[in-house]
Amino acid sequence: MIPELGQFALVLALVLALVQATLPVIGAHKGIAPWIALARPVAQAQLLFVVVAYLCLTYAFLDNDFSVRYVASNSNTELPVLYQISGVWGAHEGSLLFWALTLSIWTGAVTLFSRSVPAAMLARVVGVMGMVSVGFLLFMLFTSNPFERLPNPPLDGRDLNPLLQDPGLAIHPPLLYMGYVGFSVAFAFAIAAMLGGRLDAAWARWSRPWTSIAWVFLTLGIVVGSWWAYYELGWGGWWFWDPVENASFLPWLVGTALMHSLAATEKRGAFKAWTVLLAIFAFSLSLLGTFLVRSGVLTSVHAFATDPERGVFILIFLALTVGGSLLLYSWRAAQIRSTVSFDLVSRETGLLLNNVLLVVATGAVLLGTLYPLITETLNLGKISVGPPYFNAVFVPLMIPLVLAMGVGAMARWKQDSAANLVRKLRTPLGIALVLGLLTPLLMPYYHLGAALTLFLGFWVTLTTLWWFHDRAGHGSLSSAIRTTPRGGWGMVTGHLGIAVFVIGAGLTSIYSSEKDVRLDPGQSYELGGHEFKFLGVVSAEGPNYSAERGTVEAYKGGDLVATLHPEKRVYRVQTMPMTEAGIDAGLFRDLFVALGEPLGQSGAWSLRLYHKPFVRWIWFGGLFMALGGLIAATDRRYFQAARRTVKAGPEAVAGAA
Amino acid sequence: MSRLLTAVFLLLICVAAEGGKVEAYAFDSAADEARYKQLVAELRCLVCQNQNLQDSNAELAQDMRRQTYEMVSAGKSNEQIVTYMVDRYGDFVLYRPPLKSSTFLLWVGPFILLLIGLGALLWVVLRIKRTPEPELTTEQHERARQLLEQDEDKNP
Amino acid sequence: MKARFLIPLGGFVLLVILLGIGLTMDPRDVPSVLIDKPAPGFTLPDLHNLEQTVSSDAMQGQVWLLNVWGTWCPECWREHSFLMYLKQREGVPIVGLDWRDDAADARQMLAQEGDPFLFVGFDPDSKAVMDWGVYGAPETFLIDKKGIIRWKHKGGLNPEVWSNELKPLMQQLENEA
Repeated sequence: MIPELGQFALVLALVLALVQATLPVIGAHKGIAPWIALARPVAQAQLLFVVVAYLCLTYAFLDNDFSVRYVASNSNTELPVLYQISGVWGAHEGSLLFWALTLSIWTGAVTLFSRSVPAAMLARVVGVMGMVSVGFLLFMLFTSNPFERLPNPPLDGRDLNPLLQDPGLAIHPPLLYMGYVGFSVAFAFAIAAMLGGRLDAAWARWSRPWTSIAWVFLTLGIVVGSWWAYYELGWGGWWFWDPVENASFLPWLVGTALMHSLAATEKRGAFKAWTVLLAIFAFSLSLLGTFLVRSGVLTSVHAFATDPERGVFILIFLALTVGGSLLLYSWRAAQIRSTVSFDLVSRETGLLLNNVLLVVATGAVLLGTLYPLITETLNLGKISVGPPYFNAVFVPLMIPLVLAMGVGAMARWKQDSAANLVRKLRTPLGIALVLGLLTPLLMPYYHLGAALTLFLGFWVTLTTLWWFHDRAGHGSLSSAIRTTPRGGWGMVTGHLGIAVFVIGAGLTSIYSSEKDVRLDPGQSYELGGHEFKFLGVVSAEGPNYSAERGTVEAYKGGDLVATLHPEKRVYRVQTMPMTEAGIDAGLFRDLFVALGEPLGQSGAWSLRLYHKPFVRWIWFGGLFMALGGLIAATDRRYFQAARRTVKAGPEAVAGAA
Repeated sequence: MSRLLTAVFLLLICVAAEGGKVEAYAFDSAADEARYKQLVAELRCLVCQNQNLQDSNAELAQDMRRQTYEMVSAGKSNEQIVTYMVDRYGDFVLYRPPLKSSTFLLWVGPFILLLIGLGALLWVVLRIKRTPEPELTTEQHERARQLLEQDEDKNP
Repeated sequence: MKARFLIPLGGFVLLVILLGIGLTMDPRDVPSVLIDKPAPGFTLPDLHNLEQTVSSDAMQGQVWLLNVWGTWCPECWREHSFLMYLKQREGVPIVGLDWRDDAADARQMLAQEGDPFLFVGFDPDSKAVMDWGVYGAPETFLIDKKGIIRWKHKGGLNPEVWSNELKPLMQQLENEA
């Protein structure tokens, strides 16, 4: 009964989404006030019904209702409750429902928190989000119904994929979806602004906090995913340039460009057409990611059970959504006349450079991701494009970006002089050079790459901190710090995150060491200044798996610093073997041990040992960036600005239409 | 190509999470070991969805690792080993696509994009600089005042 | 309408076409690079007597099939009866390559289900399999009189593949000098 209720709720949500996608938009176009007023209640009602559907599916999981195909395929009576709850979004159908849920949550949030946005604009925004909703609800109901019943329910379910039975992977998808779908808000604002013919600074101000929050979720999602891959896959890597990873990274790169471009559009009314295009791109790449992950056109380690029929549906949806918005863009953008001017040396140019580099990097990653498809389509043979390509292309693009970061934040809006910038930057530049050249001396051996990495890290850190000094001018530093708005703090925190990340990524890839060894119990191996002593393997039982559990002690200078317990698990239902690495995390290094196979009868095993300096900095950096985005999104200014808009009335902000 | 093909064509199953099988190979020199590590990191496992030889636990990948190890130990050069694999499995085994006419755009594309991007940037900046500020309407004056106010919020 | 604002739309249309074509292809299928190249040949332990070796040289001057199989591969079991048909009714010379298998299991399978092979090479560590660019099973190669690989099929052989592709090609090759 409950699954049917969920199905019914979904159908009702679809009907409401259809209303939401049409009447408010037409109302805004023709000036029919009651239709405009429908936007808010209809969107909220749609949210209600999607929530009901979602709760029904969760109930089916908790109730072990194996007559529902999706539950039977992804749950089991022995599955811990936490994973029964996260299992709802663990596979294709349920994750689509989660997608639809996030979309309605974002829409609901827009109706609640954008009270200051003019009613007609809001109606269009909600309408555009309704159109996206219609697409996803149709997709779910026609190709991927999570509530489908089985004629002959099995006694027990096939269990959740063991890979997903992990706290990291339980929260990774929701974060990612919140980010992907969150870009639909910026997209909807951009489309609504184009529909209304009002592409000015106002839409940028309204969509800025939403973009930042979406970006924060996406950043966190990627960080958690990378961290999970590191400890769960047992390969010791943190980024593999897999198509599915790229699918989340592409919207992130464009989203980052969008945040910076929105700043210029809001503050100076500059790059209006460009910013709208980025807003369209960010969401389009989220949809493209969904297509790539679920259609099976590319091979990936993380692929969902793929199905070409689903692929066709998403492709049509993608073509309509993105094609339609780009068509609208080609018409509207041509009408925008920019009235701002700025100098070659100015913050605007800096932000443009940031955008160019980020968009070129996006293009490069997209090219690499799709290139195997291109050669196959054109019958040029089957090739693979992997990490060696991406590293060779991506890293050289990021170095100038990081260098420019220090300069950009320091440049004045509109006009600055090169001499002035040089004067301001020479001190941090000097210190960063000296520190960058000297710090590698503290490392096991001197490496030029490490010197470059550390120089970039120090450069970003110092210029970012120098920014306060620059703000203070002739006044006191402490008052400059006190009066810094949240937007400024967000920028500082986010940029420091980049510095931390750069140091982590660079030093880990340079100084990591790994070794595959055969060890008898009691035997030890020396790696990265640590002695790994293998004590043997015993059997252990988990709730739904059996494991072999190794013990490895790590010594440094004769002192025991860590006891590691790598495991090999076999999940009983899916009989899938899994490696759980034993990790001792540290601020400056991780020790990582993965269990291989037993060798012979003596109790010897093959083991993979890693010493990974600074690897945590990668994720700390990501967390800093996310924190920066969060701080910036909560800037008082958005709320003040909103009030001012209300006072001044919508007409005052209507610029060049 | 029919999709049915994949369904009936059984690959020696590999499971992403199991991690690479760990083989404790002994090498004559550290240079050989480094060569081996680089090779197995850049050669693709054919059986798996998208993994290099090192990370794959597929049985064919084990055998290809052993082959790589044997060739490294026999003093074969990296090129010889890569050629050996490509002769059998095609360019698909290489995660670093070789530069040839079909991959020219792949390798050069990002730099063309960069040139276009920088060119566009210069064009925009120089054009904007040349355009004189147009006469402002009262409405635009009002907006300018607002924008300045916001600027002051951030940069007093 | 200025043309440059149409660039994104144009690019996107190309992308959609590309993805649409992509949907009709199988990304996991790796085409063989060995078609129309000399067959690598093999000399391997004889499955029926591991002390002795068998070699593909024995097939010189004939049009023959090489079938890669293993008892671990369910599709090979399904294909087996059709291989028996090819041997008994069509008189096709088939050589087996038993890949990464247990020799006793493999011998038992042939004893139970019939042996369609002239001889079977036993390849426990993928030596020959790698030479032939094989990455899954079952897989079947067609080799002509000059020892050139002319055709390859991934997945089980069946009457459809036989009558549409393999049989006409084999007849044509038989007629070649």
